[in-house]
Amino acid sequence: MSRLRHPTEDPVWAKAIILGLVGLFLVGVLILPMVTVFFEALRKGLPAALESIQNEDARAAIKLTLITAAITVPFNVVFGLCASWAIAKYEFPLKPFLITLIDLPFSVSPVVAGLIYVLVFGAQGWFGPWLLDHDIKIIFAIPGIVLATIFVTFPFVARELIPLMQEQGVDEEEAAVSMGASGLRTFWSVTAPNVRWGLLYGVLLCNARAMGEFGAVSVVSGHIRGLTNTMPLHVEILYNEYDFVGAFAVAGLLCFLAIVTLVLKALLELVQPQSRPGRH
Amino acid sequence: MTISIRSVEKTFGRFPALNGVSLEIADGELLALLGPSGSGKTTLLRVIAGLEFPEKGQVLYGDQDMTYTSAAARRVGFVFQQYALFRHMTVAKNVAFGLDVRKGQAKPSKSEITARVDELLKLVELGELGKRYPAQLSGGQRQRVALARALAVNPSVLLLDEPFGALDATVRKSLRKELRRIHDATGVTTIFVTHDQEEALELADRVAILNKGAIEQIGAPHEVHDNPAGAFVCGFVGEANRFEGAVKGGRFKSVDIELAAPGVADGAAVAFVRPHEFVLAPADQASLSIVTERIAPQGAVVRVDGATPSGQRIEAAFARQSAGQLQPGAKLNLSADRAYVFSA
Repeated sequence: MSRLRHPTEDPVWAKAIILGLVGLFLVGVLILPMVTVFFEALRKGLPAALESIQNEDARAAIKLTLITAAITVPFNVVFGLCASWAIAKYEFPLKPFLITLIDLPFSVSPVVAGLIYVLVFGAQGWFGPWLLDHDIKIIFAIPGIVLATIFVTFPFVARELIPLMQEQGVDEEEAAVSMGASGLRTFWSVTAPNVRWGLLYGVLLCNARAMGEFGAVSVVSGHIRGLTNTMPLHVEILYNEYDFVGAFAVAGLLCFLAIVTLVLKALLELVQPQSRPGRH
Repeated sequence: MTISIRSVEKTFGRFPALNGVSLEIADGELLALLGPSGSGKTTLLRVIAGLEFPEKGQVLYGDQDMTYTSAAARRVGFVFQQYALFRHMTVAKNVAFGLDVRKGQAKPSKSEITARVDELLKLVELGELGKRYPAQLSGGQRQRVALARALAVNPSVLLLDEPFGALDATVRKSLRKELRRIHDATGVTTIFVTHDQEEALELADRVAILNKGAIEQIGAPHEVHDNPAGAFVCGFVGEANRFEGAVKGGRFKSVDIELAAPGVADGAAVAFVRPHEFVLAPADQASLSIVTERIAPQGAVVRVDGATPSGQRIEAAFARQSAGQLQPGAKLNLSADRAYVFSA
């Protein structure tokens, strides 16, 4: 007679197949390609790889990527906090519409996001002539890259915070206010601590995407080496020039940043239960 | 602090939540706002707290008009049904919050705050739990923390929104007594909202009964129970059997029952008889007869469920001794010691 098992527990062969499939996909789709990146980058040895991320163009690309992330992330933190605050704490018409709108960057192709800005700010766009007259460059310059990156990353923080704030409701804020706390004090002492882990989580995801965005940035960047090339664009250029070591070395750096982000995220999930002693 | 509410009106969208409510709460009084859900009782409490603002009318603390003063400036203690404790702060930090947020001269020193927190935790009998987090406490303990936190600011009025609603029956009962004790110890004017009439009658000095955004009756527990001002109060406070019929010449008649109705105008009417006000009567003096279905002893009384010939359910309660010989299925003749008849 076979061992008694729980009604919802699958038989051993089913577990093996399901786990095996998951493992196969992970190895084939994620792990092997990641290993290849580092393998190709180091094909000609570490010095060659290091050289290709230290030359002038690569350094400019890294710098631009960091600048873009440094502008995009704070902007999205502010936007995410405002949007989720408004959605969770206020009642207003068109609220479901706003929630849907926040998801738009997830559902629209990044290339379209880039094109939108070209159409608005480009030389032939709505504001093109005016911008030209005033000598302001947005498209094929850093502002365009930042705008496009903000567009594709703005759901991250908001999406993380909206369900959290909705679940928490307004009772704690009302309690704080009834005890004489000012609006700002209520935010810092009550609201912010309650959402800090969700916020940090959203920031990490937002940052990862901001550094890695290709499509939208590619449209507005103009690919000027040393000026408007971000890391993902730089990878493409090097690859197209058959500089495989260079391409994979920069790609490896991007992968490394992504892995750091994921490790931070995992650490966050580990510390979370202790720092916030459960929900009630 | 005396609280006066004068003709307060408040609507949510097109739905009127308060319909010209006026109410005086005496200094040091413990008042219950009792009503079914949607009666406006919580809205009234929140208007008093400054968490909602009325469209019309006035809210006075003493003789000061507070109608549009912010909640933060009113110095109220507010206790929420779901506790609303700050989950990332310890119990002691929670209780200290109202003092911590004060600024400049008004802010007590660290040692004063600690002393006040200790004193309050002792008052609610949680002396040892200051270092715990809310999630580590039971529901009853959380509500005690919420109570201590609300009292920390020496509120001019303590407001509680369904304070025991989320607790189980035993905890509820003991916390009720606790609230009464704390109220008597601090003497703070207290208003609490409840939909549980037993809670209101047991705890409060006076009960205000709300229905559809208006106050139906205000009075001491025995007054609203024994002298209900209208059909709604009579049906809502205490248990009652309800009969629909008509009054003619001072007599109420329905299909099942006939009752004296002195002073009630002729026309459609409703009558109420409380279970314990039915007595067993000889057939020729009975005002109704029922067939008993269930007989259940309950403390000093026996509760009888039955039905009249027309099918209306009747609940009655008799003293144990007088009900010794009752059998299910037997026919009982009842008369009412007392009945409430109101024009419909």
